[in-house]
Amino acid sequence: MDAKDLHHGHSEHHSGAVITDHVHYQDTEGVIRFEADHGHHDSDRNKKNFIHTYIFSTDHKMIGKQFLITGIIWAIIGGGLSNIFRMQLGFPDVPLHFIGNIFGDKWAPGGKMTPDFYNMLITMHGTILVFFVLTAGLSGTFANLLIPLQIGARDMASPVLNMLSYWFFFLAGAVMFTSFFMPSGAAGVSWVFYPPLSAIREAAVGSETGADLWLVSMALFIVSSLLGGLNYITTILNLRTKGMSMSKLPLTIWALLITAILGLLSFPVLLGAAILLIFDRSMGTSFYLDKIYMSGIGAMPHEGGNPILYQHLFWFLGHPEVYIVILPAFGIVSEVLAVNSRKPIFGYRAMILSMLAIAALAFFVWAHHMFVTGLNPFVGSVFVFLTLLIAIPSAIKVFNWITTIWKANIRYTPAMMFSVGFVSLFISGGLTGIFLGNSSIDIQLHDTYFIVAHFHIVMGVAAFFGMFAGVYHWFPKMYGRFMNRTIGFIHFWVTFVGSYCIFWPMHYQGMAGVPRRYYSHGAFESFNKFGALSEFITIAAIVVFLAQLLFVFNFLYSMYRGKKVTELNPWKSNTIEWTTPIHPGHGNWDGPLPEVHRGPYDYGKDGEDFIPQTVPMRPGETTHHG
Amino acid sequence: MTTYLVIAALLLIGMLVVQISKANEYINTLRGEDAELDTDRINGVLWLIFTILFLVGIVWSTWYFSPLFLPESASEHGHWIDTMFNITLILTGIVFVLTQIALGWFAWKYHGKKGKLGFYYPENNKLEMIWTVVPAIALTILVVVGLYYWFRITGPASADARVVEITGKQFNWLVRYPGPDGKLGTNNWKLIDETNAVGIDFNNKDGLDDIMPTELHFEVNKPYMLKIGARDVIHDVGLPHFRIHMDAMPGLPTHFKFTPTITTDEMKKKTNNPDFDYEMCCDYLCGKGHSAMKMMVYVDTKEQYQAWLQKQKSFFETAIKGTDAEKKIVASVTEKVSTEKGSDHSNH
Repeated sequence: MDAKDLHHGHSEHHSGAVITDHVHYQDTEGVIRFEADHGHHDSDRNKKNFIHTYIFSTDHKMIGKQFLITGIIWAIIGGGLSNIFRMQLGFPDVPLHFIGNIFGDKWAPGGKMTPDFYNMLITMHGTILVFFVLTAGLSGTFANLLIPLQIGARDMASPVLNMLSYWFFFLAGAVMFTSFFMPSGAAGVSWVFYPPLSAIREAAVGSETGADLWLVSMALFIVSSLLGGLNYITTILNLRTKGMSMSKLPLTIWALLITAILGLLSFPVLLGAAILLIFDRSMGTSFYLDKIYMSGIGAMPHEGGNPILYQHLFWFLGHPEVYIVILPAFGIVSEVLAVNSRKPIFGYRAMILSMLAIAALAFFVWAHHMFVTGLNPFVGSVFVFLTLLIAIPSAIKVFNWITTIWKANIRYTPAMMFSVGFVSLFISGGLTGIFLGNSSIDIQLHDTYFIVAHFHIVMGVAAFFGMFAGVYHWFPKMYGRFMNRTIGFIHFWVTFVGSYCIFWPMHYQGMAGVPRRYYSHGAFESFNKFGALSEFITIAAIVVFLAQLLFVFNFLYSMYRGKKVTELNPWKSNTIEWTTPIHPGHGNWDGPLPEVHRGPYDYGKDGEDFIPQTVPMRPGETTHHG
Repeated sequence: MTTYLVIAALLLIGMLVVQISKANEYINTLRGEDAELDTDRINGVLWLIFTILFLVGIVWSTWYFSPLFLPESASEHGHWIDTMFNITLILTGIVFVLTQIALGWFAWKYHGKKGKLGFYYPENNKLEMIWTVVPAIALTILVVVGLYYWFRITGPASADARVVEITGKQFNWLVRYPGPDGKLGTNNWKLIDETNAVGIDFNNKDGLDDIMPTELHFEVNKPYMLKIGARDVIHDVGLPHFRIHMDAMPGLPTHFKFTPTITTDEMKKKTNNPDFDYEMCCDYLCGKGHSAMKMMVYVDTKEQYQAWLQKQKSFFETAIKGTDAEKKIVASVTEKVSTEKGSDHSNH
């Protein structure tokens, strides 16, 4: 089969036989399997040089760590940007001279940021966090780390594509980072990049070179995401170890599989939209442009396009994108909740079906972002119906999570805290979606702070919580050490309470009609009443950001000085990543691959605390998972 | 100097937290299982406290901030939207309170205890059925009521609705009312220049008496039809007091019908605020002047409205007539229109 050829092919590319420890065979069931030549394994690892181990690594675990650390760096940048623009909203009179020092005086004359700079900040904040942190940093990290480990594979189906996926991501990031230091600054037309503002250079400073680089960066990012996604799907479908049927997969893997499928089907559409936009910007086409008169320039030559076309294309990705962000968090949280509740996840099959339902519906709800674009009311009504349908599988998931901790014996690790916190956030943010998905209410709430509150809670903070849960939980697998728990708990409570303090009051601003993306609300009597509230939100945002620095410190410190892992399975987990050595080499298992006999959630069954997946079914034992 | 002090203080706090945490970890490692159980108990209690404070805090803060919310809707359809909002608020509010309480309660009650096992309870199809069907029924209600209002709001305007044209540009609004003839003249984006801001075609005599005031006036209890467009980039007509948002896009006209129901003077009394005024904002990011794109809006009684209207002079008379622009426009109209035979003349 292809995977086999591909893999052998790649081995030859590495001059000096860096990875020769992979042999594949096809077993009797027709499934491709990896098998390591164990004798050479450790000595090979020692022979690898620094570049092959840490930079251009093809080991999925190292690539996962690369995604994670790059994601953390981007999260600090993206989160830091939000603190700067929150200063403008909460404390507009405080001079911020460092902006001039870093970006140039024209962005903040006398320490007072300009509206153009503000627009640049919100644009880059959104882009960085949605794509670089919550897509690449979350999916990229955990798909790479967990897929081979939890399905029982030596590595990804194509380790080289996997490596390329990271390096395209890195390149996308490099281009985006460079754009900050262009004379015209980074893109400043909001992360959704609607033309004509993003299509006409003269329309805004943020639509000049920065926008070109944004589009190039996004194109590179999409390549990265597609290479990764293809690999994840292929690996999950083809490289499961013996006995690991689809109905025995941990929910993390199901979530990552569905995420990859969503990405594969939707990201190319954004690529198309971006390419058409590049044409409109640079080659005089008019895909999105019609009848435009720019003050100071006059009538533009573009005619016959349609600005709504871009919005349809963008949101055809953009909506599935929010599920690309949240589904891996669903998976991680389900796994962490079950392990630390010492109980099976409630309704394993319902959890999978609801994720599949969410994924399928994700493709048919995009126009709910466009209720006030003059959409045909009938079309609008169809999207209302389909949008509110998504609340049903979401509700099923929430009830199942709550039932999972019912009558549990909860062990509170930082990962567990973040998982329970995730459920609380997902309830709060999910319910406000029911307001916005109903077109008649959206007429009023559209593009106000209500929507800012909604999506930050339900996909921003919640997805971050999934990521934190994953990092705390699998840190021992990544580095063979534990993160400091006490700092973890402090990190959790400050972040959890702080995030509610930031985003809950924004609902009130939204209900008062305050529009988002405003540099200042001072011009409007109706919006100018929230000074004290804005200050409060800004302070909360800064406190939460500082708490994240505590997390970063904990992460880096624990990497080298954390408490060492001394047993193979520190969380007493059923899944098979904990059957690898404490420091797994490239190839993961020293001996043969583990064989799987049961589902991943046999906790508390028949009077036993946990029964790992590798334990054969006892005679007469019944299973609840297919 | 203060900056450095603040940074130093933060670093000190950070170091303190880290040192205490490290010491705590050492102690916990020495104490073993007991420490784990303590951690579970403490965090369980914290969950309970959080849940109580969270729910109480939400009720309190909603009450505290309610004076800042928008006053009663000043348009007919706005009441439908508010009703819909309140129905949704009640339904989701019930679910919110119940689920948050269940979560916090379980997180406290079932914290780890010595020698206990989790209850093996992997699935129950009846329960899954219940929490599929109950949300489905609730959502059906919301969809049906929501769409009933949606179709009423977006349905055709009544025949006697007065037309007002709103055009967004970087960075202000342009509005156009029909003159005494009651008809808006046609316009053409190719006729736009520095004087003729929305490109009125003066060859068409309907446009000669059109007025272009610098503020919006509506007569109370009369149906209006807003014809919305933009010259350069996407803007959005935001009239929060009237519960209106509608995108303004170049090349793609939109519209919104509504009936204002409360005059500015009445609203001043209702809100107990003599300075109250309606405002129109831009609700879609349009560039650096986005947050200053304001136009004042007044809802008048019939008499006030007529008095205001009488004072308005036609755009042609105030801006064009007798100036050099007049000759230029007449010449360019003839030229441009003749080169454009058969193409779209009426932008809207």
